[in-house]
Amino acid sequence: MADTTLAGPTGSETLLKLVPKAEGKQSMKDFKSDQEVRWCPGCGDYAVLAAVQGFMPELGLAKENIVFVSGIGCSSRFPYYMNTYGMHSIHGRAPAIATGLASSRRDLSVWVVTGDGDALSIGGNHLIHALRRNVNLKILLFNNRIYGLTKGQYSPTSEVGKITKSTPMGSLDAPFNPVSLAIGAEASFVARTVDSDRKHLTDVLRQAADHPGTALVEIYQNCNIFNDGAFEVLKDKQQAEEAVIRLEHGAPIRFGTDGSKGVVRDSLTGDLKVVAVTEENQSQILVHDAHAASPTTAFALSRLADPDTLHHTPIGVFRSTERPVYDTLMADQLDTAIEQHGKGDLAALLAGGDTWTVVG
Amino acid sequence: MTSQVSSPAEQADEAVVGEQRKPAAGEKDVRRLDRVIIRFAGDSGDGMQLTGDRFTSETASFGNDLSTLPNFPAEIRAPAGTLPGVSSFQLHFADHDILTPGDAPNVLVAMNPAALKANIGDVPRGAEVIVNTDEFTKRAMQKVGYETSPLEDGSLDGFQVHPVPLTTLTVEALKEFDLSRKDAGRSKNMFALGLLSWMYHRPTEGTERFLKTKFAKKPDIAAANIAAFRAGWNFGETTEDFAVSYEVAPAAKAFPTGTYRNISGNLALSYGLIAASRQADLPLYLGSYPITPASDILHELSKHKNFGVRTFQAEDEIAGIGAALGAAFGGSLAVTTTSGPGVALKSETIGLAVSLELPLLIIDIQRGGPSTGLPTKTEQADLLQAMFGRNGEAPVPIVAPRTPADCFDAALEAARIAVTYRTPVFLLSDGYLANGSEPWRIPEVDQLPDLRVQFASGTNHTLDDGTEVFWPYLRDPQTLARPWAIPGTPGLEHRIGGIEKQDGTGNISYDPANHDFMVRTRQAKVDGIEVPDLEVDDADGEADLLVLGWGSTYGPITAAVRRLRAAGQSVAQAHLRHLNPFPRNLGEVLKRYDKVVIPEMNLGQLATLIRAEYLVDAVSYNQVNGMPFKAEQLATALKEAIDG
Repeated sequence: MADTTLAGPTGSETLLKLVPKAEGKQSMKDFKSDQEVRWCPGCGDYAVLAAVQGFMPELGLAKENIVFVSGIGCSSRFPYYMNTYGMHSIHGRAPAIATGLASSRRDLSVWVVTGDGDALSIGGNHLIHALRRNVNLKILLFNNRIYGLTKGQYSPTSEVGKITKSTPMGSLDAPFNPVSLAIGAEASFVARTVDSDRKHLTDVLRQAADHPGTALVEIYQNCNIFNDGAFEVLKDKQQAEEAVIRLEHGAPIRFGTDGSKGVVRDSLTGDLKVVAVTEENQSQILVHDAHAASPTTAFALSRLADPDTLHHTPIGVFRSTERPVYDTLMADQLDTAIEQHGKGDLAALLAGGDTWTVVG
Repeated sequence: MTSQVSSPAEQADEAVVGEQRKPAAGEKDVRRLDRVIIRFAGDSGDGMQLTGDRFTSETASFGNDLSTLPNFPAEIRAPAGTLPGVSSFQLHFADHDILTPGDAPNVLVAMNPAALKANIGDVPRGAEVIVNTDEFTKRAMQKVGYETSPLEDGSLDGFQVHPVPLTTLTVEALKEFDLSRKDAGRSKNMFALGLLSWMYHRPTEGTERFLKTKFAKKPDIAAANIAAFRAGWNFGETTEDFAVSYEVAPAAKAFPTGTYRNISGNLALSYGLIAASRQADLPLYLGSYPITPASDILHELSKHKNFGVRTFQAEDEIAGIGAALGAAFGGSLAVTTTSGPGVALKSETIGLAVSLELPLLIIDIQRGGPSTGLPTKTEQADLLQAMFGRNGEAPVPIVAPRTPADCFDAALEAARIAVTYRTPVFLLSDGYLANGSEPWRIPEVDQLPDLRVQFASGTNHTLDDGTEVFWPYLRDPQTLARPWAIPGTPGLEHRIGGIEKQDGTGNISYDPANHDFMVRTRQAKVDGIEVPDLEVDDADGEADLLVLGWGSTYGPITAAVRRLRAAGQSVAQAHLRHLNPFPRNLGEVLKRYDKVVIPEMNLGQLATLIRAEYLVDAVSYNQVNGMPFKAEQLATALKEAIDG
């Protein structure tokens, strides 16, 4: 069976150990705030909230050391419903705010909740820079391919030609693929999951939480008001079998009824393609390596899906690699400065080099 | 000069007067002066800022009072030899306390025709002009529009011109070194510095030490520069063209007892932030994006990580303040540094900080605007932006330093307000304060204010059913500050955000009455900030006119007031440290005077606030040319206001 624990390469830095553990046993209830949840009935956000609240006790961290930071949008109301510390900030800026918090407080587990408009439109700059810095943040990107809170304009992940209130003749701009974008932005951990698949969602959260550095988790989330059924092909049992490719580290990438399809590397172009698995090509089916140093194959996997039909959509952890974490490096520099120059002496600093004395 | 003021004291202030000391046989004349204004001017690549800095350091260590005005183009290397490429550094030093970099130079050092052309208009007749004749080639002169050589056509008659082939002399002095003519010529600024150091009896050890340190890895270059510096000194000593040297005695009486150093505004501000962090016992976190003229603070603070200072160079201005706000939530003393264009980008986050009621320092080193404006020139035109530049009712306290050294105290004061009242605070410095420098009495660390704060540590409210809870928006009745409960504190888990919050609980609330209450409460909190009363300097108590200022106009205003008083005029002066809220007694002070004049380097922003707040018919006096006021010009304007 495939290695699904993804413990990471040996010697992996467990930054989680810097966060104090909870004293007693926690339950999902401990993470529910007293606030009434106000998403539209049937919204996919409920499922994600339940999955996160259900997963938190497993992490076992002191809940006062957990912080959820969000931007603006439907998903960004998330922190209000978590009985942890939280900040509902302004549009697009959550990664920047969380960077300041995480880099100044390594004893905190900092989570960012954002949406496709928040993270990829107004906040695109902050997202890519958080990823390249590898700040110790867990970013949950709720992608519903629509603007919900402003009542239904197309988003930067909407398919071309999307008819919405702001695009009655169809949208013109090509969408972002968030996984491709994150890999291109030097992300060390990139995953995709689906709101309705609690088990898969929880498994991805577990791996994200354990990852030292920025983890980007794209969550396909249904907006039943403005973009209902956007991911139906991935959820409907029959269709999903052909549409969804479940990535498991160490396992051959196969899907379809009885694993009848697989992903192979085209020997001419080097690109990936889907083939019917046969006796002859079985050995050539690509084995997923989330820890690969090169992002090339992870990127190629992220391009398999058809942006319109979502056929051949991989879900799971695309990439999980180790590289230096910004907050750790920042803390190390402070330590090094003290080692080299001693702890700061204000009087000596103020006096500086060239002084003169006036005597009365 | 066109001033109506013409008392002996005023003239004494304007002209350089001195007694002549009889030289011993074989010695050159030495004259004693009470003050001198020197301007070094050259191409951007000529090292004029460095030359000025070194002369300043020598002067500071000698014990003169001093004030400096660096003036340089925004372009790193504008085309050589052009007027836009001219960079200058003016230094005023004296044997008594002085307030400004001086109106008009007594000595101009012009390294090329462009520098002469760009600066000679500021130089009064009779002043000394030292020119580098090597650069006065036909082509170089034509480039700046000199049809004939100003050194020969009589246009400099009336000035004491010293034609010196600075480049040739420098190259000659360095011929022992294995340097090309071009490389050797680069040290001409050190030759000029040596010459001026001789002329004004400056100590030289500091500069030699500085050069050795600066070029520690290139000992040949260090030696060449020192040789050029010494050659300049010796040239002054031996050449007959320079018959006189000058002494300006230390300003011993101007300074209270203490240990002093020279300091620029941005350095003082950086130290003030580190001091505030220590006094508040909170780690300092700077989130910033490079921008002129604020970047020096980022550079400086990034050198002091051994004080626990974290500096984060963000991807943009918004992320800079965003990260700072995140750090503030986590319990840091959080700072963002920028200039006007950056403030515009940060506005939404400042509004969030107002709503979150977290401490945050926003340092705006103002420059000429609007838009990119004049990046390297000074202006005070961000006052209304700081005051009102946000959506909704979003009051933010504002403090402003008045001199370069005062930036240290202003930083501590801004931090006091921020942590005490849990609010973002603006500190409005400007390009003139940032880059200008003056002597600073180094404070005793144990005399600095105590800024320690208490984080919330337990519940603060009992529900009707007896449950103990934590309410993040339950206020201190005195300060109206809400509790600062940082993540990691058990039992105080809470959520805050930019949506309107219910008083007390902090839960989302769209209730109309609650919003009205919260808007008024946030305003009341800022209005209620304790600030010291405004002190008025009304020497004889007979003034009808009050001159009111804020920020970096303090020096020129005070110098102008001194001139008027020396001429027998009565004039009162007051200078605001706090722009929001204003001192409690400001209204009463304003009503005491028949006339209020407000000089500002903008089109009347403080005057607008004063008129709106106090219904006082304040007169605005404005200058927006990228440069500080000149004392003489202000004195004239004030005199007209008194007479008018």
